[in-house]
Amino acid sequence: MSIIEARGLARAFTTKQGRIEAVCGVDVVVEPGEIVGFLGPNGAGKTTTLRMLTTLLQPTAGSARVVGCDLLTDPQGVRERIGYVSQVGGTDPSCPVAEELILQGELHGLSYAEAKRRAEGLYDDLDLRAIAARPAGSLSGGQRRRLDIALGLVHRPPLLFLDEPSTGLDPQSRSHLWDLVRRLRSEYKTTVFLTTHYLDEADALADRLLIIDHGRIVAEGTPDELKRRISGDVVTLEIRGDVERARLAIERHPGVRDVSGSGGALRLTVDQGERALVELVRLLDETAATLVSVNLSRPTLDDVFLTVTGRSLREDAPAA
Amino acid sequence: MRLLRDVLLIYRRQIRQSLRVPMTLVLGLLQPILYLLFFGPVFSRVSKSFGTEATGLELFVPGILVQLGMFSSSFVGFGIIAELRLGIIERFRVTPVSRLALLLGRVLRDASLLGLQGCVLLLLALVLGLRAPIAGLILALVLVVVLGIALSSLSYALGLLTREEFKFAPFLNLVLVPVLLLSGILLPMKMAPGWLLTLSRFNPLAHVVDAMRDAFLGRYFTLNVAGGILAVATLAVLAVTLATRLFLRENA
Repeated sequence: MSIIEARGLARAFTTKQGRIEAVCGVDVVVEPGEIVGFLGPNGAGKTTTLRMLTTLLQPTAGSARVVGCDLLTDPQGVRERIGYVSQVGGTDPSCPVAEELILQGELHGLSYAEAKRRAEGLYDDLDLRAIAARPAGSLSGGQRRRLDIALGLVHRPPLLFLDEPSTGLDPQSRSHLWDLVRRLRSEYKTTVFLTTHYLDEADALADRLLIIDHGRIVAEGTPDELKRRISGDVVTLEIRGDVERARLAIERHPGVRDVSGSGGALRLTVDQGERALVELVRLLDETAATLVSVNLSRPTLDDVFLTVTGRSLREDAPAA
Repeated sequence: MRLLRDVLLIYRRQIRQSLRVPMTLVLGLLQPILYLLFFGPVFSRVSKSFGTEATGLELFVPGILVQLGMFSSSFVGFGIIAELRLGIIERFRVTPVSRLALLLGRVLRDASLLGLQGCVLLLLALVLGLRAPIAGLILALVLVVVLGIALSSLSYALGLLTREEFKFAPFLNLVLVPVLLLSGILLPMKMAPGWLLTLSRFNPLAHVVDAMRDAFLGRYFTLNVAGGILAVATLAVLAVTLATRLFLRENA
C-alpha cells in the first residue's frame, strides 16, 4: 500500500483580489521507503501541498490517505504517524535541546521516561549529545537543522516531511544533511518527502521527483528519466570539410531531435546520447567531412526545469 | 484525560519558559509597586475628601491589583505572535496534541504567574499599612486571577487574528486606554459626572474594582461583590470560548 496517496488535492485562497488557486488538483503517490523530491519555484504550490498533507491546511477539494489514515476524516491518525520539519524549524530559542525533544515525544503520547530514552537515542544518531543542554538559539545552522529533524523523528514516524531542509545551510552542513536523509532511510526505514528548489539537492537525494508549477504537477520521474525524457542528451560536434552535407546527414538521423549552431560547430539534442554518438561518428565517416572533436553531455535538472516550466531555477542555486 | 495531560504538558513548557526569564515577572510587578510607593501616599491623602467609605490603601490597592491583572495579561498575545513566527505553534499542530490544550496551558500559566504577582503586591501593601481581612484579600486575588484568564484569552485571540506585532500593539492600545479610564482604577467613578458613571457601568473591570473594594472592607454579600463576580465570570466564559474557537479554527 502506498504511504501517500493523494487524488485531486486542491486548495484555493480567497483574497481581496479574488480567488487564487494555489494548488489545483495534484495527485501524489509515494511508496514506502522512497525519498521523493517535490520540486518547484517559489510560489508554485509546494508548501501549500505539504501543509495539506501534514493536516495544517484543509484541502478545498480532493482526498488523500497518509500512512493509511484519511486526511479529512482522521487527521489525528495522520499526525500520530508523520514527522514534519518545517522551513523555519519551530524551536524556542531559549529552550534547551533536551527539553524540546522530550516534550515533543510526550506530545506524541510517550511517557516522560520513554520520551527521554528516545531523545537519548537521537543524540547519538544525529550528533546532538554535546549540545543537548544548550538553548536552541545558541546552535549553528547545521546543528539547529539536526535538532529540527530530531524533533520530527522522536516518535519514530514511518513518514517524514521535510520542507526546504537545506535552506540557509553552508555547503558542508548541506552535504551532512544529505547523508543524514539517506541514513534515515537505510537505518530507520523512513520514507522521506522533501520539498526543495535546489536542483542539485533533488538530484543528489531523491529517488523520484515531482515537479510542480502554477499549482499543477508538470513532470514526474526519476532524475535520470526526467533528464532523458524531457531534454535528451546534448552532443556538440566540431566538423571541418563539407559541413553542409554533414549537417543534412545528421538531421536525417532518427535519434536527432534538434540541430543548432553554425559553421563547423554543431549542437545536437539527441535521444540516448551514447548510442547516438557511435552512429553519428560512423555517419560522418561516410561523408567527406572530418570530425575534429565531439562532446556528449547529459542535461542537468535545470535544463529539465527550463523545458517544463519555461524558467530557470539557476539563480536560486546556492553559491556552493 | 488526554486533554488534561496535554494541558499539563503545555503548562509545564510555558512555566519553564517564563522562569527562564524571571526579569519579565519582576518588571511586570515594578509598575504597580511604583504606583503603590509613589502615588499611593498622595492618593491616600486626597482620598479623605472623596466621600467614599473606604479611603487610603483600602481604596487604592484594588485599583492597582486590577491594573496589574490588566497589564500582565493583555500583552501575552505578543508571545503567541512570536511563537507563530518561530513555527512553534505549527510544530505542535502536527502532533496529536489537543488544540484546546495549546490555549489552556498558556492561559493557566498566565493565571498562575498573575496570582503569584498579586500575592507579592498584596503582601507589600500590607507592609505599607493596608488593613483588610484575609478572606477579602483572597476574594480579591481570585477575582484578579479570573480576570487574568479572561484577558489572556482575549489577548491570544487578538494575537492569532492580527499575527503581526505592529497590528497587535495599536489595537491593544485602542482598547486598553478607554478600559483603564472607565474602570475607576485611578479615581473612584463615584466622583465622575452621571453620564461617565453610566458609561463605566458597561466596563466589567469597574465592577471588579468595586467588588474588591467591598471585599477589603469585609463585606462579601453586597451587590457590588455579586456584580463583580458576575461580570468577571461572564467575561471569562466569553473570552475563553472565543479564543478556543480561534485555536480550533487555526486547525484547518
